[in-house]
Amino acid sequence: MSLNIENATVIYPGTDGRPPTEALQRINLTMDDGDFVVTIGASGCGKSTLLNLIAGFLAPTEGRILLDGTAVEGPGADRSVVFQKHALLPWLNVRDNIEFGLMLQGHAKAERNKVADHFIALLGLSGFENSPVYALSGGMQQRVGIARALTCDPKLLLMDEPLGALDALTREKAQELILHLWHDTGKSVFFITHSVEEALFMGTRLVVMSPRPGRITHQFDLPFSRQFLEGISARTVKASPDFIQIREEVLAIIFADEEAV
Amino acid sequence: MKDKHDKHLNATPPAKPGLIARLAKERPTKPGEIYGVPGSGDTMMLSLATIAVLLFIWWLITTMGWIKPLFVPSPQSIVAKFISVWQEGFTGSPLWLHILISAGRVFGAFLLACVIGIPLGLAMGMSPLIRGIFDPPIEFYRPIPPLAYLPLMIIWFGIGEASKVLLIFLSVFAPVALGARSGVRSAAIEQIHAAYSFGATRWQVLRHVILPAAMPEILTAMRIGIGFGWTTLVAAEMVAATRGIGYMVLSASQFLQTAVVIMGIIVIAGIAYLFDLLMRLVERKVVPWKGKM
Ligand SMILES: Nc1ncnc2c1ncn2[C@@H]1O[C@H](COP(=O)(O)OP(=O)(O)OP(=O)(O)O)[C@@H](O)[C@H]1O
Ligand SMILES: [Mg+2]
Repeated sequence: MSLNIENATVIYPGTDGRPPTEALQRINLTMDDGDFVVTIGASGCGKSTLLNLIAGFLAPTEGRILLDGTAVEGPGADRSVVFQKHALLPWLNVRDNIEFGLMLQGHAKAERNKVADHFIALLGLSGFENSPVYALSGGMQQRVGIARALTCDPKLLLMDEPLGALDALTREKAQELILHLWHDTGKSVFFITHSVEEALFMGTRLVVMSPRPGRITHQFDLPFSRQFLEGISARTVKASPDFIQIREEVLAIIFADEEAV
Repeated sequence: MKDKHDKHLNATPPAKPGLIARLAKERPTKPGEIYGVPGSGDTMMLSLATIAVLLFIWWLITTMGWIKPLFVPSPQSIVAKFISVWQEGFTGSPLWLHILISAGRVFGAFLLACVIGIPLGLAMGMSPLIRGIFDPPIEFYRPIPPLAYLPLMIIWFGIGEASKVLLIFLSVFAPVALGARSGVRSAAIEQIHAAYSFGATRWQVLRHVILPAAMPEILTAMRIGIGFGWTTLVAAEMVAATRGIGYMVLSASQFLQTAVVIMGIIVIAGIAYLFDLLMRLVERKVVPWKGKM
């Protein structure tokens, strides 16, 4: 998998007499196989817009998005999205939600079951297969969303603040779960978050964006997720001097943006 | 009396819901109930009490002779009337036949309105073209009372069954179609995007996301629609009917048979209520997730 975003600009037309919004201005970004790119930035800086662009829900006003050399023309099963919320289907139980993508693609019931079983076990949802999704906790709902995104074996996993609604403890567990999944499956991940600590801990690369117009201002290569996967505990990684130093640096950039508003 | 009241208070935990709420139920308050969604809570007991009080007042004023039976017959005489009409019929037809014919008209029109209105409403929600075409006529006739266009129905479709069913159909059609139309907006953009990112076709999105998400609104619209249907029944049976509950009420009123009028009204209300209960049951079975996500 290789993703190339070349000079992508997105301008939302102004409604009700308001001026148009330049949500993204000449974004250039490349992603290679196995990358875990985390995007962070002040609210409204165009993170979701960028993800929608990669997912194909949105076409760039200018520039282009190349996935393995071909232009992205719309959504496709090679890219799966995990949304922050509201994306599960409450009329289906946990299993049917997880099988949703396979069902749409016309796979046979037996095959769907097999794949779903695998991800139900992998994400610790065993015993809840037949529960209605609205009866699950927020953390479990998010795991259903992740399982559903993984069933179709996407090359690229797009996550828009998937852990934003979780409490601190569940959130740290979910971070570790996602890192293990990423490591075990070898997929590429594009991940949006509001938490600097989460961004630094999870990514192999950090992309910092600034608002008005939305653009990429800094990029950092990160070693911390690999340290964690090599066996160092998450708390130790997050408390290391390197981690703290870069955390303060990124926080300073983002605070400067927020104050400029 | 006082004793019993005290005992009841002792059995209740010290949480203090309002007096009415306490009278309305004989069970301890659940946590979160007092500070939950405003207006939640069971009203069954209170409703039954209201009905009992109303019946009692009715019985009292008629038995005491405060109002002439011509205006308000006693509850007993209504029951007696029901039995006699059930056994001997009204204008030559047994009561069950009147009921059956009216129910046939209302449910026939209702089914027709659902079969046409729901797909059309969904199509209006999904397509600006179809919305543009059908919005003006529906919005034009919707607020007009059926009695106003009843004469037109008679002129165009005669005095047979067609104009009756059509009149009821029209009154059910608008709310059902508009409900289905606004139901299209119920699906979250994330749900739709999720389907598309799995490679779903437009048709699959409609079938597996839009339609199920619209179900709660469609069912509510059906409940409202059938309500309009019953409201229009009497108007429809003004058209040269010789059978039907609406006809029974109308012709009884011409002969000042007040007991039959009230009995007919209660029968209509009873059937409508039973059907509403059925719809609520269907709602609980079909959309148990309503309002939960
Ligand atoms: N559909 C739309 N129409 C018009 N403007 C939009 C639309 N969606 C987003 N915008 C604007 O584009 C800018 C970027 O929005 P976007 O949702 O991408 O930000 P974000 O970084 O994801 O913010 P957050 O962190 O709050 O989710 C914002 O100024 C927003 O108001
Ligand atoms: Mg966003």
